[in-house]
Amino acid sequence: MQLQPGPPMAFYVVQFLTGLASAASLFLVASGLSIIFGVTRIVNFAHGAFYMIGAYVAFTLTERLSGTFGFWGSIVAAAFAVALIGVIVEMVLLRRIYHAPELFQLLATFGLTLMVEDLVVLIWGPDDLVGRRAPGFKGAVDFFGQNIPSYDLFLIVLGPVVLGILWLLFQRTRWGVLVRAATQDRDMVAALGVNQKWLFTSVFAVGVFLAALGGALQIPRDAVHHAMDLRIIVEVFVVVVIGGLGSIIGAFVAAVLVSELNAFGILIFPKISIILVFLVMAVVLIVRPWGLFGRPEAPARKTPGLTVNPWRPLTSNERLAALAALVIAATLPLFAGNYALTVGSEIAIFVIFAVSLHFLMAVGGLASFGHAAYFGLGAYGVAFLAKMAGLPMIVCLLLGPLLGCMGAAVFGFFAVQLSGVYFAMLTLAFAQIVWSIAFQWVSVTGGDNGILGVWPEKWAASPSHFYWLALGVAALVTVALRVAVFSPFGYGLRATRDSALRSEAIGVNVKRMQWTAFVISGTTAGIGGALFAYLKGSVFPDNLGISLSVDALVMVLLGGVETVSGGVIGAIVYKALNIWLVSQTDLSKLVLGGFIVLIVVVFPKGIVGMLEMLAQRRKSTSPPGASLLAKPIESAE
Amino acid sequence: MSVAPSLLVVEGLTKSYGGIHAVRGVSFSLRAGEILALIGPNGAGKSTCFDMLNGQNRPDTGHVRLLGEDTTGKKPREIWRMGVGRTFQITATFATMTVRENVQVALISHGKQLFNIWGSAPNFARGEAGRLLELVGMGGYADRPCGELAYGDLKRLELAVALANQPKLLLMDEPTAGMAPRERVDLMRLTAQIAREKSIGVLFTEHDMDVVFEHADRILVLNRGTLIAEGSPAEVRGNPQVQAVYLGEGLVYDSRHREGASA
Repeated sequence: MQLQPGPPMAFYVVQFLTGLASAASLFLVASGLSIIFGVTRIVNFAHGAFYMIGAYVAFTLTERLSGTFGFWGSIVAAAFAVALIGVIVEMVLLRRIYHAPELFQLLATFGLTLMVEDLVVLIWGPDDLVGRRAPGFKGAVDFFGQNIPSYDLFLIVLGPVVLGILWLLFQRTRWGVLVRAATQDRDMVAALGVNQKWLFTSVFAVGVFLAALGGALQIPRDAVHHAMDLRIIVEVFVVVVIGGLGSIIGAFVAAVLVSELNAFGILIFPKISIILVFLVMAVVLIVRPWGLFGRPEAPARKTPGLTVNPWRPLTSNERLAALAALVIAATLPLFAGNYALTVGSEIAIFVIFAVSLHFLMAVGGLASFGHAAYFGLGAYGVAFLAKMAGLPMIVCLLLGPLLGCMGAAVFGFFAVQLSGVYFAMLTLAFAQIVWSIAFQWVSVTGGDNGILGVWPEKWAASPSHFYWLALGVAALVTVALRVAVFSPFGYGLRATRDSALRSEAIGVNVKRMQWTAFVISGTTAGIGGALFAYLKGSVFPDNLGISLSVDALVMVLLGGVETVSGGVIGAIVYKALNIWLVSQTDLSKLVLGGFIVLIVVVFPKGIVGMLEMLAQRRKSTSPPGASLLAKPIESAE
Repeated sequence: MSVAPSLLVVEGLTKSYGGIHAVRGVSFSLRAGEILALIGPNGAGKSTCFDMLNGQNRPDTGHVRLLGEDTTGKKPREIWRMGVGRTFQITATFATMTVRENVQVALISHGKQLFNIWGSAPNFARGEAGRLLELVGMGGYADRPCGELAYGDLKRLELAVALANQPKLLLMDEPTAGMAPRERVDLMRLTAQIAREKSIGVLFTEHDMDVVFEHADRILVLNRGTLIAEGSPAEVRGNPQVQAVYLGEGLVYDSRHREGASA
């Protein structure tokens, strides 16, 4: 051993301790998410929002209450206050959707997150808020010439302490036993006469308490801002995917792992530190698909299956009607101005984006929560080809989407190893990784400044020409995907969605089918992105951001996830509404979030699904009890 | 040769979970066209045995040979491609697709057209799908959504799907579980008839002893992971060990069992 500890060694130790300190908050939030999921089977997307509210409330309280007691009292009071908000949310919203498909639950809680983001800005303003230092932990400890904030040391101790308290809570209290029992089999627990409602509410409150505490404890370390919810929720998803959803020990170990990877990743790949986390996650998923401490999940509930009309290709009359609609759409440049045409082009591009995700979700049963990654990759592909290689537009449009294709091939390979909520979380995490790369790797992507000057060539430059181009591609893509739905591949894919067990038993390689669907879907999204780059003349990291991914989900849901081409209608209605809304109000996220929640709770079949149901009812060919009959059989699997 | 060569040969199959020996050294064989029942009380290891045959589970030791080829450790889909059809204890069908489409998917897979993305699936092997449905008496249900079917019809649909790859061997895990008595008899009669016509070997597990004794050519009796008896229905019926094991399962053949009630 060398006797003199050189500064580099000490530096690494300090880096390690910083990582441990960051792990504390991450663990608190992740364990809360895990506990809630264990009992209610809801992946609470709004967990990041509760974390953020915790930080804001704690900020306000610590500013008002002085002294040591005031500070620590504020931290705890903030967590309790937010837990109370959690109880209200659980009672008002979640109780209505416990039996809805997972996708709907994720979306509803995401809608909540959007609403919170606007509300937080409304109450606390858009600026970063720097909170007080923690009394008693204001200084730093000297470690061979390197400074370690003493508050970090406090957090390092806090993590294991909370883990211990949770362990005692679950092992030694009656409530803990009930929670563990419900995590194993909640129906059985209900059958034993336990008050489910109270149990769920209390579990949700505890989970939210932990998230808010995690947020409140961050204020001495980090500024409070209104985007901290998404940042933490992505990290938390990564943590629970690595650690195993439902496992508190797993949450702890993975939180430490991820935080350390972040701390050291910056040293190894300063530009794209997140790569390291991704690599580790990929290895874990290959070796242990359900996380280090997780257990294989029972098959996910079927996403469709509320009632399903058998799908059939369009009749010749319907084809004529669709063609007529297309022709009418193509006449828009004859009477509309440039602005309307630009909006029309954007809607056409979003139709491409929506049908790409719709194919994956409706046919493959795979709800990608990060589909913007492939849309954005297509856009960046075009930007690279046009700006760096200087290729002509038509070549760029053809080759640009290949970047989306490649991204989908790589990420899709890992994503299809999982299903249900794991799939959703993983695709979201992947998208966030792509976003981080675009954001951090400034020398290639331009970072936040994006890549500018991606303008279409002359033949497509006028708004009307570009509109026709976008409309034509959208029509082509929609038709092609419809053909795919009614191809042997489409049948096979639907089969994997309905029953993976049966599919494997008749020779279908389920994962390869799903992977292929993912690549098709990602490439199609890339086509949309490629056009989008030319429409806007520029590419930004936001083109692969979470909010765009959610746009896609809402469009699919609005159109109807049980339909063949609902995505088209969903995209047109949603995008038109969205553009109008943004021009009307500053609180577009609040309205949009409320809108999402509303769709999930009262309108789960979407527009096309509703129309089909009404048409069906009028014909009334199938007995009304049919869907009820179908249910026990499906869930029996 | 007077005896047909063995279709399926199982040698020394063993599986334990932790310290529990679920299956210990099970060996047997099955000839083409033969209907073989695997019975035993709950927890005897039937399902574990079955899962090792169809690739759901890998044995610790032992081998499974199908037509001379070792299938041990192969995946379910690979075993299916070797000519094994199967039905599940709890039916697994494609609930959002029609009855015909369910069969078509199996035919698409059999024809290796799963990655054909431009063809027309509604017209794919429509005639063949119709014939299979007629065979199991489901011809009139072809356009019904599968999710609307009664349970007995789902079982028959599963049989049609299992026959789509012209199997040499059918593995049926409790084929009549959850069915009405009348439906049980019909389904097994149908299965036996198809198996004999097409010379398909059938291995099935079953709790309903009426079904077992009426249709099986040969019966294997499993208890606590080991085979305790093997033979024709008559032989097994007369086997005192089997009788001892089965008391309390609702199978009372004569009064002698009263003495062994505690077993």
